[in-house]
Amino acid sequence: MNDFSAAFAMAAQLVLSLDPELVEIVLLSLYVSLSSVALAALFGLPLGASIGMLRFPGRRAVIVMMNALMGLPPVVVGLVVYMLLSRAGPLGEFGLLFTPTAMIIAQFILVAPIVSALSRQVVEDLHEEYGEHLRSLDAGPLDSIATLLWDGRFRLLTAVLAGFGRAIAEVGAVLIVGGNILHHTRVMTTTIALETSKGNLALALALGMILIVLAAAVNATANILAGRAERQHG
Amino acid sequence: MAEAAAPAVSRGEAGLIPLAVEALGFVAGGKQILADISFTLSDRSCTVILGPNGAGKSVLLRLLHGLLAPTGGSIRWGRLTPAQARRRQGMVFQHPVMLRRSALANLRHTLAVRKTPRSQRHGLAANALAMAGLETHAHQPARTLSGGEQQRLAIARAWMLAPEVLLLDEPTSNLDPAATGAIERLVAEVKAHGTRIIMTTHDIGQARRLASDVLFLHQGQLLEHTAAAHFFAGPATRAADSFIRGELLT
Repeated sequence: MNDFSAAFAMAAQLVLSLDPELVEIVLLSLYVSLSSVALAALFGLPLGASIGMLRFPGRRAVIVMMNALMGLPPVVVGLVVYMLLSRAGPLGEFGLLFTPTAMIIAQFILVAPIVSALSRQVVEDLHEEYGEHLRSLDAGPLDSIATLLWDGRFRLLTAVLAGFGRAIAEVGAVLIVGGNILHHTRVMTTTIALETSKGNLALALALGMILIVLAAAVNATANILAGRAERQHG
Repeated sequence: MAEAAAPAVSRGEAGLIPLAVEALGFVAGGKQILADISFTLSDRSCTVILGPNGAGKSVLLRLLHGLLAPTGGSIRWGRLTPAQARRRQGMVFQHPVMLRRSALANLRHTLAVRKTPRSQRHGLAANALAMAGLETHAHQPARTLSGGEQQRLAIARAWMLAPEVLLLDEPTSNLDPAATGAIERLVAEVKAHGTRIIMTTHDIGQARRLASDVLFLHQGQLLEHTAAAHFFAGPATRAADSFIRGELLT
């Protein structure tokens, strides 16, 4: 119990004094996760919207697979990306292993299915309502997708934030492909794992607190936005 | 067949009218919704498809608009292909689809989808808002408008594209008399601008007020197609007679 209070005190001090090492780790975490989520949104929103809107043979199977991919184990994704990027791997020549870019790639693979699957559901529901109107206007597929994405924007933002929650909290994939190198690829989750094993609980706890605050803030934002959209647009 | 070759009455030499429907049938889920519907619409200005709930009125309107494909028979709008025909029609659904944006943005969306030149969009949208009597609601989220206001916005939105034919599906169901009156005045105004109206209703009073001719539908069959005055003075079938007298048709 004493450990706890001492660690808490040190953690609070690290946070309040904006300890440079702590700040660096938090910023890198945000950079990696925001980048992977932005890419996943660019890829997953149009993909999810297309699958939500269009009818084609094998659609059911694609949806089942997309939903299954939401539960990909991060360590397995890390392992596969590691093998692809390692010197002997097919993408070895780019020298990306143990760089933030490798971490972004791994998190992209984890987040893209979440954004795609959730936005597929949002767009499909909306298309149920808008479909006849869009057909009546003779709207082409691109206009229809744009309409559905814009009108689903608040719920889609929730899907993207769910992806961010997954990315920022994930440890297995970034540990394997990033290597947890100080000042280079060390992010909040890998630091927490490392410092805990070293017995340096203060830094681990400080990062843990920040991580929880970030996750809570993301959730609160999603809730507020969804609520506001509900009130504004019915 | 002869009607298709008749001179077109609408704008241009290749208009939507005459509309020739022949032996039209529609089956969904093993159930015959419409059977052997044949009629021709030429130059009368407001056709009302009348009949009790479940008669197949909405399905007929969707078939005419090309949202459903017939399982039998044919629909011919002048000499146009179904895709060309739909572009010259406007459709207003029973529950109008309101996009999750402002009233004005709903209008702008339609103009953008139809690739109306940017320079014309502002004027057209403003006109449509004025026609619907919604100038003061331009920036209100469309889905927070009242039922009658939503319906007026939907009619103005469809009319804004200058359709030759406007299809209206039960435009005043679930509206109070004041809102119904506003819709009927708007429909009359659209008609006065030269747009042909084809609408469904189960409201006999509304049919009396608006119809120039009546298609009476019952249990998926077209029982009568006559001029409105003629229809209301003395319907030829017992079902229509009972319906006009307000009896329950089953």
